[in-house]
Amino acid sequence: MQLDLLVLFPVLLPMMAAAISVILWRSPLAQRIIGVVGTSGLLAASIWLLVATRREGIITMEMSGFPPPFGIVLVSDLLSALMVLMVGIMGFTVVIYSLATAGEEYERFGYYPLMHLLHAGVAGAFLTGDIFNLYVWFEVMLVASFALLILGGKRPQMEGAVKYVTINLVSSMILLTAIGLTYGLTGTLNMAHIAQTFQEVDSPMVTVVAMMYMVAFGIKAGSFPLFFWLPASYHTPPVAVSALFAGLLTKVGAYALFRVFTLIFTQDVEFTHNILLWAGAITMLTGVLGAAAQFEFRRILSIHIISQIGYMLMALGLLASPDIPEEAAHLAIAGGIFYIIHNIVVKTNLFLVSGVVYRLLGSYQLKDLGGIYRHKPFLAFLFFVPALSLAGLPPLSGFFAKFAVIRAGLEAYQGVVVAFALVTGLLTLYSMVKIWMYAFWSPLDDDHPRKHKLTEPNDATTWVMYTPIILLLICTVVLGIYSEPFFELTLASAAELLDPSQYIEAVGIADEISHPIEDLPAGGGE
Amino acid sequence: MIKSKSLILRTATRFLLPLQLLFSLFLLLRGHNEPGGGFIAGLVAAGAIALYLIAFNVDETRELIRFSPHDLFGVGLFLACIAGIPPLLMGHPYFTALWWRPEFPFFGEVSLSTPLLFDVGVYLTVIGAVLAIVLALAEAED
Repeated sequence: MQLDLLVLFPVLLPMMAAAISVILWRSPLAQRIIGVVGTSGLLAASIWLLVATRREGIITMEMSGFPPPFGIVLVSDLLSALMVLMVGIMGFTVVIYSLATAGEEYERFGYYPLMHLLHAGVAGAFLTGDIFNLYVWFEVMLVASFALLILGGKRPQMEGAVKYVTINLVSSMILLTAIGLTYGLTGTLNMAHIAQTFQEVDSPMVTVVAMMYMVAFGIKAGSFPLFFWLPASYHTPPVAVSALFAGLLTKVGAYALFRVFTLIFTQDVEFTHNILLWAGAITMLTGVLGAAAQFEFRRILSIHIISQIGYMLMALGLLASPDIPEEAAHLAIAGGIFYIIHNIVVKTNLFLVSGVVYRLLGSYQLKDLGGIYRHKPFLAFLFFVPALSLAGLPPLSGFFAKFAVIRAGLEAYQGVVVAFALVTGLLTLYSMVKIWMYAFWSPLDDDHPRKHKLTEPNDATTWVMYTPIILLLICTVVLGIYSEPFFELTLASAAELLDPSQYIEAVGIADEISHPIEDLPAGGGE
Repeated sequence: MIKSKSLILRTATRFLLPLQLLFSLFLLLRGHNEPGGGFIAGLVAAGAIALYLIAFNVDETRELIRFSPHDLFGVGLFLACIAGIPPLLMGHPYFTALWWRPEFPFFGEVSLSTPLLFDVGVYLTVIGAVLAIVLALAEAED
């Protein structure tokens, strides 16, 4: 078995699964089977990829056999492999959940093929080593997510989808422009080659391009001040789709920022990364304040995504501090990656729980909910653990994620940003307690039309919905209690990111073409 | 959609449709080395069928294409994906172009390749996707 095939599978398998389930669109049963088989294949492939990447170092695959920078390379370093593993876990759990919740109406409109396509798009974005190819995967993702967002065609869905698509198209245009400028400056689209060439380009254009990437990826990640599309759209689609979006989509933007701002744009960190740092600080606070004002289960959760993105941006932004010790820089990036992983698991899980609550009581409005703790203590427990983890209570995964980021912040002497982070943590707890008080602890009205649902024992469908929730809950607990090996992994990944020469060497641009433009005009042309 | 009343359009479409489809095949086959390829050829073919849809109606168009657009889309995507697999079996990277030049009577040497298979896949995907959209819109108008 060639090693480089492993990089291909996480993209190829969901693509094939999408194609086969489109061909079999007449049979919902076949689609469900392919859904489960395809995503378990993806999960297996992603675990295998991570193990191989950990053991062998960065793995690359040159598509079509064209050597870089001419062809497209797929590159799996530890960050990519970890992210792809998250796609595998999310894909698998959400598809299991969908078996109970999707229903024939969605299945006939291509629910499963779109899911597979979304997985392929996200995995492709994580693995590609070519900046234009990254744009293409973003588009694959956007098309699939747009179709999933409007499945069912209800009015609020359309409204949310219009905002979602418009702002994402704007972001794509900015990204495309930035890629065009990058190509104009360097004559290449291969990310390793761009990084190599930019080291020699001394032009103010580099920072301009860096800012364009920051805006484009910042929109996709939902960072301040460009996050308004997210709370408008994430709570509208079927809950399994919300859960998948909440877990994966914004994190692709965060991943792209991590990739681009550690590999390519490290010339002027005091400028670029400081913006990321403060954008992160404001993002976390606005997100959590926005959530405090909400009284709808899924809205609270989706606005919270924004606040969590803030921590990731902050981790990346800490590199801006001029006197940050090297160890703290590693800790910051490792903490940021750990945060992404923790957040994907926990956020998806909370959305899945909200779906079970909806199934029982028929509403997402906190005021219509109640009595779950009394009648379904196990479900209350399933909410309680990820909610506390999100708020960052030890010994769950959120604590270690926040701890690493905040400690790195202190070591970098960014006290104000750290204060932002701590206040945000406290307010997160407030939001989670709010959901807990209203939906779980307060008694349910005696004349609630669906009260009997709570007192009945769980049916088989509910247990199918419980399975992925329990799996993700185990992930949260393991990431917390047994966090050492995972933290070592993210530290190793941080070491890779902070030493871009490893990535550049692994992609391996041949010497004779690595310096093709000797006399590049300094001001970007006369 | 109401059947178009224009006799001229309907008659002309009957002649134009085969011509346009032939042209799309021409574009598809010359694509590897010259301007053309699966995407543009698929658009031309879908355009031809959309013209038929304007001249006639949804039911007649569905009868004309026989397959459901979904099937075309699925098969196309599948072909495009597996076009990369033969090189894998021979130890080359995914999507490496493999060529096969058999001799046929009358035609002489014919170049067959995995990029051609990929292009056929793209061709079918584009036709399927465009027709699925166009037919859905036409049906919504009814």
